[in-house]
Amino acid sequence: MSLQVSDLRVYYRTLAGDVQALDGATFSIEDKEIMGLAGESGCGKSTLGNSLIRLDGRMRYVGGTVTLDGTSVPIWDDDAMNAFRFRDVSVIPQYAMSAMNPTRKIGKMIQELLESRGENFASIKPELMRRIDLVGLKEDVLARYPIELSGGMKQRMVMVLSTLLNPSLLIADEITSALDVSTQRAVAETLVSFRDHGFVKSMMVITHDLSILYQTADTILVMYAGKLAEKAPTTTIIEHARHPYTQALISSLPEVGVRYTSKKLVGIPGSPPQLLDPPSGCRFRARCPLAFAKCVEEPPFVQIAPDHSVACWKVSGPNA
Amino acid sequence: MSAAVGTSAEPSETAGSAAKSAPPAAKRARGEFLFFALRSKKFVIAMAILIFLALLAIFGPIIDSTDPVAQAGEQMRHPTLDAGNWFGSTYFGDDVFSQFANGLRASFFVGLLGGGLSAIIGMLVGFVAGYKGGWIDELLNMLTNIFLVIPSLAVLLVIAAYLPPEWHGVPFEAVFIGMTSWPWAARAIRAQTFTLRNRDFIDLAKLSGRSGGKIIVFEIAPNMSSYLFLTFILLFGGAILIGATLDFIGLGPHEGMTLGLMMYNSVTYGAALQLGIWWWFIPPGIGIIALVGALYVMNVGLDEIFNPKLRDI
Amino acid sequence: MRHYFTRKLFTYLLTFFVAATIDWLIPRLAPGDPVAILVTKTSGITPAAAAALYDYYNKLFGLNQPLPMQYLNFWNELLHGNLGLSIYGNGQPVMDMIMGAVPYTLALLVPAILLSWWAGNSFGALAARRKWLDNSVLPVGYILTATPYMWLALVLSFVLSFSFRIFPLSGGYGFNLEPTLSWLFFTDLVAHWVLPFLSLFLVMFGGWAIGMRNMIIYELESDYSRYLGALGAPQSLIRKYAFRNAMLPQITGLALQLGVIVAGALVTEIVFAYPGIGHLVFAAIQNEDYFLLQGIFLFIIIGVLVANFIVDIVYVLVDPRTRVAMRGGTE
Repeated sequence: MSLQVSDLRVYYRTLAGDVQALDGATFSIEDKEIMGLAGESGCGKSTLGNSLIRLDGRMRYVGGTVTLDGTSVPIWDDDAMNAFRFRDVSVIPQYAMSAMNPTRKIGKMIQELLESRGENFASIKPELMRRIDLVGLKEDVLARYPIELSGGMKQRMVMVLSTLLNPSLLIADEITSALDVSTQRAVAETLVSFRDHGFVKSMMVITHDLSILYQTADTILVMYAGKLAEKAPTTTIIEHARHPYTQALISSLPEVGVRYTSKKLVGIPGSPPQLLDPPSGCRFRARCPLAFAKCVEEPPFVQIAPDHSVACWKVSGPNA
Repeated sequence: MSAAVGTSAEPSETAGSAAKSAPPAAKRARGEFLFFALRSKKFVIAMAILIFLALLAIFGPIIDSTDPVAQAGEQMRHPTLDAGNWFGSTYFGDDVFSQFANGLRASFFVGLLGGGLSAIIGMLVGFVAGYKGGWIDELLNMLTNIFLVIPSLAVLLVIAAYLPPEWHGVPFEAVFIGMTSWPWAARAIRAQTFTLRNRDFIDLAKLSGRSGGKIIVFEIAPNMSSYLFLTFILLFGGAILIGATLDFIGLGPHEGMTLGLMMYNSVTYGAALQLGIWWWFIPPGIGIIALVGALYVMNVGLDEIFNPKLRDI
Repeated sequence: MRHYFTRKLFTYLLTFFVAATIDWLIPRLAPGDPVAILVTKTSGITPAAAAALYDYYNKLFGLNQPLPMQYLNFWNELLHGNLGLSIYGNGQPVMDMIMGAVPYTLALLVPAILLSWWAGNSFGALAARRKWLDNSVLPVGYILTATPYMWLALVLSFVLSFSFRIFPLSGGYGFNLEPTLSWLFFTDLVAHWVLPFLSLFLVMFGGWAIGMRNMIIYELESDYSRYLGALGAPQSLIRKYAFRNAMLPQITGLALQLGVIVAGALVTEIVFAYPGIGHLVFAAIQNEDYFLLQGIFLFIIIGVLVANFIVDIVYVLVDPRTRVAMRGGTE
């Protein structure tokens, strides 16, 4: 089945008011689909990913619905969500390297966690061992303490643990940000293999690194300033992006083998708007080279081609 | 004084990191500080108590200018609450309130001098050990551990016997406390310095050719300023408690009046417990609790102010 | 592991060495003639007696001998357990007097430390969970922590002994009793023990409670707690982990607090005239009994070092990371 998100809004409470970090996200992820979620820092991608599993700290659910495999997911209710966590929705957190209790042997921790969730550790253990072997860890890792493992090993262990109960949706939050390039590749490949082996049904990979998404994702959803900008299959985004922001983002990536003596690497001038009191209309218009009169009205996130949605008047409006 | 001082009433590491994130834009930081400071209940109440006690210490002896150890003849051996003094009179007819106010002055003095001295030594040792590393660190660590374990009380036991009488005053006590209370501060500062010394802006300073000393003073210390201040507050409070304890055992000054001395006198010479002269020993204790308690609470309040993560919105 | 403990042992021995040397050094550093100072402090004796005392002290200190010889003699005496003779005790060996007082002090300290540590930590952990408990426990904890040990002892003594006559005012046991192995004596012993114990217990309790509360809150916000929560683990599991991890710094905290706790025990004993080391110290100061003070000093040092060593051992047993680090695990 699939994930359907409709007009999801999650704000952060602060002294000065609500920061409208995620302001109306509507999209869906099909079975077997790996969707990349990309954007600058502060665009709302982490908020989106985290809101689907646990509203932490100052996050406040404001509106919208989430449906997974046909069942409504009550993300606003922390207690009711517990039934979904780990089993239907799971997460590989950004802080995977410090995600395990430092004073507990890994095997013991996994056992206690599973048993506290009502699972029989003994029956799951063979599968656990199989997966540990799959990611290239040794069997004795269960008898070790987290401090005895390297960063990459801890990352892989957390990946195995998070997917142990075969969740429908896996959220991978910036899991490659702290790694070196070769480990990044290994982790990306492992992620895809999880999907191929059927350990997870669908995946949401959150990152600011488009190159990782190029390797792993089937589709990419680009966000800007709390709103969705464009969603399309990976090749389409990379090669035929329609939203001006996406285009600028792609062109700002350095290419291998290109020398920039004649052509300068183009960035996007300016910075994203404050989300405490966001500007009306399209939030990108202040930095958009194609902005015109209609942009003071907020563009809807509409489908312009099968599997391709954009929120831009230039693309979907009457003057396209 | 107890575990709260040693373990987690210690300024949280995150207070240091709040300042660590960028060299603070001074003016905005000050404005922000005041804003949060005034909103913090703990800080405001603690500050109010401290100011009240400070005023009491400064003006008390002036308002009630009775000599704290002048024994008022007839009241001798008839200690009473309503002897015309605010806190009553002692077994010897002394004015308890006057003793109290003078004692407060002495406590502030001991706290500032003793706490300040141990803060300075702690910073010296901590910064150098944390910044230089290597064998200097090993050596200073060994030194710190030795001083950490030896209870200052025990050392004073043997020193007091041989001290020339003219040295037995409040200043000496303060200096002694200062010279023996620095180890835990040195350790804490060393740990913080470790985390800072590998930051990029330190590398930049090194590349610019700044000397180690200048780097410590101008780059590292300002980024830990909130942490240093919190450490000082804890040392201040600790010094007062240690001073009172030393006074009570009989190792305190032989002249003048301190809060600890009041309790010492009441028990040793005044048979206060047997005669029930509670107004003699209760006020000094309350004074200490108020002073030290306010300092600890202010410490927590400041921690919350400096560290955005702890702020209660 | 052996390397770690040998190193610790070395540090402690070094500390003892330094402390003992300080002790030996101080009278020799004092301005003036240390022996003359001691003699003049003994008031009300005839000049002839003063001269005899002067000679006695001189021999004792060995000041007529070269400095290195004095130092060696000092260590020689020390290692034979000879800490000198006590003035206050009318010539009794200092070692005997200390040994007579130690059981009382240990009887106060050991239960007070253990119980307050356990109770304070449990309470602090509880407070971290319930907001209403937190709001009442926190201020009480800070007040207790800021309370000087002797003041609380005075208050307890005044209220429960003087005013309400529930507990005896002073002493280790009733003045009318002789130490015997009888039930009457035992209950009397306990009755005299309760107030000083309670006084120590309460102040320490406050500190542990606050410390633990802060540590638990810190652990509950850690990455592993968040991860467990994200995977739907029940609060009971998360709290269990947080508690175990929060205890570790509390153990090291105990070692750091030992000096303060010892001082607290001393003053508490003074208030209750409880016949432990504290009472001995007090009397020694009053009577300017140098050898007794010196002996107590060394004894306190040894006690604190031993306690530190025990805490070190306990910590290694409890925190798996130290064992791993010592084995030389990766990272």
